[in-house]
Amino acid sequence: MKSESRLEQILTKGEFAVTSECGPPRGADAEVIRKKGEVLKGFVDGVNVTDNQTSVVRMSSISSCVILKGLGLNPIMQMVTRDRNRIAIQSDILGAAALGINNILCLTGDHQKFGDHASAKNVFDMDSIQLVQTVKLMRDEGKFLGGEELKGSPKMFIGAAENPFADPFEIRVPRLAKKIAAGVDFIQTQCIYNLPKFEKWMKLVRDRGLHERVHILGGVTPFKSVGMANYMKKSVPGMDVPDELIERMKAAPKEKKAEEGINICIETIKRLREIEGIHGVHIMAIEWEEMVPEIVKRAGLFPRPHIEG
Amino acid sequence: MIRSITQQKSEEEILRLLEGLVRVFIIGCGTCVTLTHTGGEPEMEAMKEKLSDKGKLITGGVVLPVACDNLTGDALSKHGQQIAQADVLFIMTCAFGVQTVARQLKKLVVPALDTLFIGKETALGQFDEICLQCGACILGETGGICPVTSCHKGLVNGPCGGTNNGKCEIDSAKDCAWTLIYNRLKDLSSLDAMRRFQQPRNHQGEPKPGKLVISAS
Repeated sequence: MKSESRLEQILTKGEFAVTSECGPPRGADAEVIRKKGEVLKGFVDGVNVTDNQTSVVRMSSISSCVILKGLGLNPIMQMVTRDRNRIAIQSDILGAAALGINNILCLTGDHQKFGDHASAKNVFDMDSIQLVQTVKLMRDEGKFLGGEELKGSPKMFIGAAENPFADPFEIRVPRLAKKIAAGVDFIQTQCIYNLPKFEKWMKLVRDRGLHERVHILGGVTPFKSVGMANYMKKSVPGMDVPDELIERMKAAPKEKKAEEGINICIETIKRLREIEGIHGVHIMAIEWEEMVPEIVKRAGLFPRPHIEG
Repeated sequence: MIRSITQQKSEEEILRLLEGLVRVFIIGCGTCVTLTHTGGEPEMEAMKEKLSDKGKLITGGVVLPVACDNLTGDALSKHGQQIAQADVLFIMTCAFGVQTVARQLKKLVVPALDTLFIGKETALGQFDEICLQCGACILGETGGICPVTSCHKGLVNGPCGGTNNGKCEIDSAKDCAWTLIYNRLKDLSSLDAMRRFQQPRNHQGEPKPGKLVISAS
């Protein structure tokens, strides 16, 4: 094992993994994180903790991870390269590992234009692929990026994101191959709505044998409303929402819109489980974490497998 | 030809910078700022009028042929008296011109413009940044298109997930640099170049502020 991560153990055993997401609060109240964590406990194998997502300032990912860890969850620390240079990044990786965090999701990060501090200076000293390589170097070779040896390797299970739907489509699989070559252990994908396109992407992944070199978790996000579905389709770059799903949301009776969103999500998970090379699902219920247990149950993924130790 | 791309400061900021300074000598430039219409002859005339309306006394003005050139000192010496009478030199050139003038004359300088970037006019009235002078050129592996400059995140290992029909997610008026690179490399049958892992950049190529001494050999 590369780490002590429950997620790594689940995936190594060949079980279908379930991860979810938890956004830290815009303030110093630890109770907000604890409440979100309690809801998810027992239903997921790992919880992503976002790092100032969409460039909006929030409680740090590291500290939120530590709070979740204290509840017995397996936090996946997201780290973006937007706000820290390579010195701060490596320092935080060591610190997180020392605090018992076993997973890292390496991201480039949204541009600061989208956040609440649009006039901030970005860093982008590294990109996500370089960050993956850096963590691997620290973990497996016990070295810093600068070449010096470190004492006490950070035993992190290394993740990254991939968007199969962004254009140009042909770049996406080779880019995944590049992340795998850099040392990524697991991939969480962008929200999947267009299943035929996703299946096409997975076929290209399998054609190159990449599904045997990395664990791919398909990303899903339930629609809460027609407005949200339309927003995802029209306003989120790189998101592919077929019209038929929008029509389904529209056709549902007013009081059952949210339920229809959950239904679509569960159907998607069931179809993802059929795809060769998909080893898990990443449920991103945006500000709707309380629905995750129901989704996990109805998708037939509860109870979660028992892991020794 | 590379150009210094400039934009005129707001009237509010100009007046704040000139506060308490009455006698003004104005300096324009005949090169880059004529392209952006920020510091050539017509803009200087308009500025003279604007400042006069605000109660400033214009002691004189000159459009230097190339404000950043070494000959700027000589060109300005012809206006010695008007310059001597002025409280301030109000300079409608890029920051390079402002600094060249400031080095030549013991006189307070106020820039009229903000220098945005080094670039070129790519279509009528459209200016694009071409090179950041990062000191670690990777153009040989990107089909001659610079992602360090043209990608909003300066990514060197391929595009992020936010490409939007070939445009950048943060500005639909800007092309995704990596889509351009992909298409170019594809045309050149050189897509293999994109597979290469680019290491984190060596920012020591030439640390800021840049300084290069070529030793005689």
